[in-house]
Amino acid sequence: MKTSPLGYLDAAGMRAQHILPLTWFTLSVSIAVCLVIAVLLWVGVRRRRVPSGVDIAGIAVERGGDGLPWIRVGLLIAAVPLAATLVWTMVVLAAVARVPANPALVLDITAHQWWWDVHYSGALPPDEFETANEIHIPVGQPVLVRLHAADVIHSFWVPKLSGKTDVIPGQINQSWLETEQPGRYLGQCSEFCGYQHAHMQFEVVAQAADKFAAWRAAQLEPAAAPASAQAARGLEVVQLRCALCHQVRGTSAGAVSAPDLTHLMSRRTLAAGTLLNTPGNLAGWIQDPQDLKPGSLMPNQYLSAQQLTDVLAYLETLR
Amino acid sequence: MRAPDYRTPRTGIDSVEHQGKLLRMWETAPGIKGFFSTVDHKEIGIRYIVTAFVFLGLGGIEALVMRMQLAGPNLSLLTPEQYNQLFSTHGMTMIFLYASPILSGFSNYLWPLLLGSRDMAFPRLNALSYWIYLASGIFLYVGFITGNGPNDGWFNYVPYASKQFNPGLNEDFYALGMVFLGISVTVGAANFIVTAFRTRAPGMSLNRLPILVWGTLTASVANLVVVPAVSLAFFLLWMDRQFGTHFFDVGEGGHVLLWQHLFWIFGHPWVYAIVLPAMGMVSDGLPVFCRRPLVGYSVVALSTVATMILGFGVWVHHMFATGLPDLGLAFFSGASIAIVVPSAVAVFAWIATIWLGRPVVTTSFLFFSSMILLFVIGGVSGFMTASVPVDWQLTDTYFVVAHLHYVLIGINVFPVVGATYFWFPKITGRMLDERLGRWNFWTMFIGFNVAFLPMHLTGLLGMPRRVYTYDAYPGWEALNLLTSAGSWVFAVGVLLFLVNILRSLKVGALATQNPWDAPTLEWSVSSPPPPYNFAVIPTVASRHPLWESRLGEDQALSSLDRGMLLDSGKETIATSALDAAPDMILEMPEDSFAPLVLTAGLSGLFAGLLLIMWTVVAIGAVLSAAGLLLWLWPRRELRERASAAEAAHG
Repeated sequence: MKTSPLGYLDAAGMRAQHILPLTWFTLSVSIAVCLVIAVLLWVGVRRRRVPSGVDIAGIAVERGGDGLPWIRVGLLIAAVPLAATLVWTMVVLAAVARVPANPALVLDITAHQWWWDVHYSGALPPDEFETANEIHIPVGQPVLVRLHAADVIHSFWVPKLSGKTDVIPGQINQSWLETEQPGRYLGQCSEFCGYQHAHMQFEVVAQAADKFAAWRAAQLEPAAAPASAQAARGLEVVQLRCALCHQVRGTSAGAVSAPDLTHLMSRRTLAAGTLLNTPGNLAGWIQDPQDLKPGSLMPNQYLSAQQLTDVLAYLETLR
Repeated sequence: MRAPDYRTPRTGIDSVEHQGKLLRMWETAPGIKGFFSTVDHKEIGIRYIVTAFVFLGLGGIEALVMRMQLAGPNLSLLTPEQYNQLFSTHGMTMIFLYASPILSGFSNYLWPLLLGSRDMAFPRLNALSYWIYLASGIFLYVGFITGNGPNDGWFNYVPYASKQFNPGLNEDFYALGMVFLGISVTVGAANFIVTAFRTRAPGMSLNRLPILVWGTLTASVANLVVVPAVSLAFFLLWMDRQFGTHFFDVGEGGHVLLWQHLFWIFGHPWVYAIVLPAMGMVSDGLPVFCRRPLVGYSVVALSTVATMILGFGVWVHHMFATGLPDLGLAFFSGASIAIVVPSAVAVFAWIATIWLGRPVVTTSFLFFSSMILLFVIGGVSGFMTASVPVDWQLTDTYFVVAHLHYVLIGINVFPVVGATYFWFPKITGRMLDERLGRWNFWTMFIGFNVAFLPMHLTGLLGMPRRVYTYDAYPGWEALNLLTSAGSWVFAVGVLLFLVNILRSLKVGALATQNPWDAPTLEWSVSSPPPPYNFAVIPTVASRHPLWESRLGEDQALSSLDRGMLLDSGKETIATSALDAAPDMILEMPEDSFAPLVLTAGLSGLFAGLLLIMWTVVAIGAVLSAAGLLLWLWPRRELRERASAAEAAHG
């Protein structure tokens, strides 16, 4: 249970932790109720059970004992956990529903079929940048997440940090993240959104303040100019082909309908959590995304072997 | 116009001669003609039941295919689109084409027999409601078979259902099919309501109604109120898709949450509509096997109604994560927690009935009593999701899948199978095999729990719903394999049920009139009942007409073989709404092709709308009008009889 990356019974974020005691309480009450009822049923059936083989018409019909006390007492007992849950629910709701008034960081996250665009706001335009599918946050500070939908409804969910908030076209919903524990936390789209709803993940990387600052500074940099002839040839292909959808800041590739590739190699996964970001997976993903993630909006590329090696050489530099 | 018939009916004693006279009047014509024109509620009820079981089988096969795809991580038996159509069609089938119609079927068959009436209030409307159910079911399945099944879940959220993201015919089939099916549900509900209030046997006051009648009546009132919401939603969606209206189009001022509100205002009461009648089956069936009356009849009846009233105010618990204001969420959270109370009343009443009774363990009893536990498991998981912050984690995970299957299989399928064992002798005149029944029960019970109990844990480990495949995260693999294995065991159980039915139809022991020594009116007639149900209209003096001498329930005794003869035509008695005092004689319609013609016309109309072929639409409309005309055409013999009666009145 401790190890499932989407399990939430070992929460690490403030918002998820607030909910845990209530979850355990309702879960325990539920299990207890089921056990009590099962025992009552089992004993009730066996207590005065008519031996098998006896004709039913031979068993006298009786008015029997007054059963209403069962209902009265049962309801009285049931009322206690119900009332407790009701009050506790309101308390927890008040604690986790309101977004932080003074967030340390504001993220605008746009859910697309089937990936996540992440926009980091800054005090000035040069402090802002885009990335995709991997969200870095500083530990110990509240982070406000504003959710935008590019196409259909999605849902933003980082089980260990925060419950779900739907991402709905035409409205901007808000969620928030805060954790004391550095680490990688898996997120998953949790509202059905089409073919690749299954492969619409992201990661939240919680880092100490200095590490986060370093990451942020690196992300703000544009892509470095290619250092080798092979990488330069790769950049040409990227600008010709990939640029139709993707952006690589510092080059002429500037489209925004697919994940920003400027620091592609700094991310752990590809295709919204579908694949680990290894050179082999990257090559396979570029050439045949329709096999790896059928229905994905990225078309197969059919690059020549030479082109592919060049492109990989260039992408390798996007750190 | 037909004048109301206020003759004073002759009373008398049942006789063979009298029965022969009634049989000639009430019997459906043999052969094809009778098959397509019958308005006998028993015939229609059986058709509903058989058709719904066929859809249960189809939905079950879809589930098994999905469970093969999900048996292990990263399998590729199905493409994402195939998976999406399968889970959507599975939901649509089970919820709309099985769970509701099966209960309509049992109620259709049983109601007049329970109520001491000769038919439903509107027999032809009854036939229409079945034919449209069948036609819309075929309509929806034509979509699925041609690769155009719904692919956006049964809940069908926009904008994924809009033309922009879903350009195929899939959503058009679903939208029009649902509007079509809505007609069936609506006319059926109206029929049940009038039947419950107007065609009960004299003396069957409201506080003597079987709980099944309370359940179906409550569900019918709810359907009448909420089906328009979903029909409207699907109609607006179809308009958006075909004519570019903007009801759900954010870019042009539409609102996507409008869909969710319209859908769930319907959807949640619908959930109660497909469990309350099944709970009624348990409330009526269980006491028979406990050899005593149900504990707390009045509170159980009232809690049935209370569940539905509260049920109108909980729809937002399907939308806790949509960013609605906290105060609103708090209200709906409270209502969703409060709705536990009336359900708990029923549970305690059933357990007390068992505890204070003398349980006779039959297959039927096993299904009814195990349902109590499954109901509680499905209930407490629902109680957990009623708490907003808890739900923010649980929603859209397999925890909810487990919850809803405990509700729908636990509170619908188990009672229905139990009810089949209970009423099969009445319907067919033969008993189902008890030995095979035990096998049937235990394979279904064990298979179901092996499949769905661990699924709660799958959800707590974070597995999201509606994914066509998943990664091998710790715990997920074994749990999913277990669920798939359990689903196959469950399927074997369902198969045994089918085998038992088919076998018993041929070689089952012959059933007596009242094989379970049960207390209600349907057991006072032969098995199977004659076409006219009751040769003389019974007069009811208590809640348990066949037990009253043993219970000492009331001073007066019910009269079952002496009563109104009503044999001067196809007649039954109308009674007053609360006390069931005799009010007027109802002239019941003869068999008629009009419902079938109207259904054929409507089928053409909807097919034309689907393909946007206006000539077909026009032909369908003309045929529908012809059907209505046929339906409403004045009948000479009724007019003459009415005027004769008027003359007699002076």
